[in-house]
Amino acid sequence: MDNKRRKFLKMAGATVLAGISAPALVKLSSTSAVASGEGGQAAPAASHGNAGGHGEEQPSGVRLGMVIDMRQFYQDQGLLDEAIAACVKAHNVPQIPDPKSEIKWIWKTGFGNLFPEHSQKLRSEKIKNSQFPALCNHCDNPSCVKACPTKATFVVEKNGIVAMDFHRCIGCRFCMAACPYGARSFNWQDPRPFIKEYNADFPTRMRGVVEKCNFCGERLALGLEPACVEACKGTGAIVFGDLNDSHSEIRKVLDQEFTIQRKPSAGTMPSVFYIV
Amino acid sequence: MYNKGLIVSGLVIFVLLVTFPIWFNGLDAGPLPKPELPPGGEKECVAPAAEMRDSHMQLLNEWRDDVLRNSDRVTVTVGGKEYQKGLQIACMQCHSNKEKFCDTCHEYAAVSPTCWDCHITPTELAKKEAQ
Amino acid sequence: MIEKTLKGKPAYWIWLAILGSLIAIGWACYFRQYAYGLGLTGMSRDVSWGLYISQFTFLVGVAAGGLMLVLPYYIHNYKVFGRITILGEFLAIAALVMCLMFIMADLGQPLRGLNVLFYPTPHSMLFWDMCVLWGYLLLNLLCGWVILTAERKQVPPPKWIYFFVYLSLPFAVSIHTVTAMLYCGLPGRHFWLSAIIAPRFLASAFAAGPSLILIACAVMKKFANFDVGEEAVKKLTTIIMYAVIINTFFFLLEFFVGYYSEVPGHMHALEYLFFGLEHHGEVYNNLVPFMWTATLFNFAGLGILAYMKISKMFDFRLVTVAAVLIFLALWADKGLGFVFAGFVPNPLEEVTEYVPTLNELGITIGVWATGFFLLTLLYKIALGVEHEVEE
Repeated sequence: MDNKRRKFLKMAGATVLAGISAPALVKLSSTSAVASGEGGQAAPAASHGNAGGHGEEQPSGVRLGMVIDMRQFYQDQGLLDEAIAACVKAHNVPQIPDPKSEIKWIWKTGFGNLFPEHSQKLRSEKIKNSQFPALCNHCDNPSCVKACPTKATFVVEKNGIVAMDFHRCIGCRFCMAACPYGARSFNWQDPRPFIKEYNADFPTRMRGVVEKCNFCGERLALGLEPACVEACKGTGAIVFGDLNDSHSEIRKVLDQEFTIQRKPSAGTMPSVFYIV
Repeated sequence: MYNKGLIVSGLVIFVLLVTFPIWFNGLDAGPLPKPELPPGGEKECVAPAAEMRDSHMQLLNEWRDDVLRNSDRVTVTVGGKEYQKGLQIACMQCHSNKEKFCDTCHEYAAVSPTCWDCHITPTELAKKEAQ
Repeated sequence: MIEKTLKGKPAYWIWLAILGSLIAIGWACYFRQYAYGLGLTGMSRDVSWGLYISQFTFLVGVAAGGLMLVLPYYIHNYKVFGRITILGEFLAIAALVMCLMFIMADLGQPLRGLNVLFYPTPHSMLFWDMCVLWGYLLLNLLCGWVILTAERKQVPPPKWIYFFVYLSLPFAVSIHTVTAMLYCGLPGRHFWLSAIIAPRFLASAFAAGPSLILIACAVMKKFANFDVGEEAVKKLTTIIMYAVIINTFFFLLEFFVGYYSEVPGHMHALEYLFFGLEHHGEVYNNLVPFMWTATLFNFAGLGILAYMKISKMFDFRLVTVAAVLIFLALWADKGLGFVFAGFVPNPLEEVTEYVPTLNELGITIGVWATGFFLLTLLYKIALGVEHEVEE
């Protein structure tokens, strides 16, 4: 209502200003973030790459992240199927047989696909033959958010989740071209016929919009863990928590273990870490 | 004025055309829709009925922005019961029959909101379960 | 002036009828796509942009190419281009209308297109692209119309219009620069992540636009009794030659960077385009024939133009052949290869090939036909005015 009109006018005015100041903002924020992003340490949340005017976020803010401990998945590859199934059920993810139209939130892939920048030579059998989970990295400096022309995808300031607003997405697929991790899927047709079983508490999507993992924002609001984390409960295969909180469980794991991120060279600062 | 006759008759035809729905129906807007009240017997909504009738669409938009964008997932309490903000998870808990509630007015007003392209109605749920 | 489009020889009407039926086919295909979704195209999760966006990219170049006619006339006062400057401006209008139609055809939720205006997002290059495309379209409409009206009345154009004419020059450069920035600012897409994309786009634009104008001039010479004059054509061929040489040079630099550095990401797309990309024992090469044909056309067109310069001969038919060859070569380069190869391999190093569907081709042809329809009408007006003035 009023709120919306005021916001629109504000944005229209700010657009001109932001257009001029955007390069400076991007520059400032990226240098500070790279400095602290080294060695898998948490970057201050101030570096969110949305130069559109959200730059004032507190460095002490929450930044949710994930550590995926492959040692658990090597032992039990069925565990990964359970995690994927939990996600599919929670979010009404359609199961489309044609790989060209697939919708994927969390899915299985090989080490070489997940980490193409790492050497693939003489890898152990274990790594070569195991399936790895891939999902949205909820980057601290997401290139999809930069690309989106309508702010249909954006960083939630409260927790650092890269979220989607399906109501606003125009389906231009610029975010899909921008994502260096192939984490985004487009609804090439009505997804409903491909959903086996509905979760009555979550919507489906319509054709013509882009979707991806949302770190279970709707479950977190109810005090629940993300569906995939819950599916792996007790194994420690997926640790979920606040990367900016030095006392969190996830930070303890990151302090003790050697972890890697996908394509750090892309400068997006992923929030998902892997113990390989 | 040049072409007076042409212009006037053109204008008359235009006015007749754009008012077609009005006079075609004999100046009668048809019977008013009677949306079904919640089958569960709930009497109270998040706002008075008149306000809801007027501006439920704005309220839904505000809820959407609150939940998705502003991380404001504060629940709403109606009649002692707590609800999360949302069409599917709040409104339709009471107004569980979309066809007899939402559609009656929407059809009458000839609007086709796209809400249910994504949000699942109980009918849609039942249809899927039957499969 | 619009009444000029209502009188013409049978050939004119037949041409419009052909285009009209293609447009009808395009709309029929679009309604199918609108009802079902973009699943009716050959695009996929991995190749998420197809013919629509690649045609858009190429046509932005065609629109920007008009600059090569406008700039010599207005900045360097090169009078020989007096008769064809308006053709450049009108070509830009038709090309931009096609661009906007291709964008709309590509949207998954076309009815929400205005969200780009409701939620302006300055950090998105698509937002700026919309601004400059619309800006350039309106500028060309304004300048073209005002100048043509003045010509018809045989009075000098009003002084204020020159402000907009000069403003349209940087706009022409900006539309193709910003369109290049859609691509070259994306991390993880090696083929696009190159600072030479924008200059290369401009170079190929400055060849493709004038080439299309030369082709149009040849058609109009045959059917509409319109002669641009040898000097103007010669100057245009010089411009095209320089632009093609620079574009080729820039493209070869990409080859050098890829194959000398041997960084895999920089070689994959080029390998896919020209030699076929081997991946897990399979060779993916559906663009190879297009790219080599384009290479051949590129050098053949260049050779014909160079031969005419060196032997100091002039033959408009040969010029037309060269212009067609060069236009097709640049179309294959930017209207096919550039966009499709950027998605190969995908971010997870898997290869998915893109083949457009019939429905998609129908829409694409429909949009092109709309553009040519509009271009025909605009050129008909421009020529009608010129003939009227001559009488």
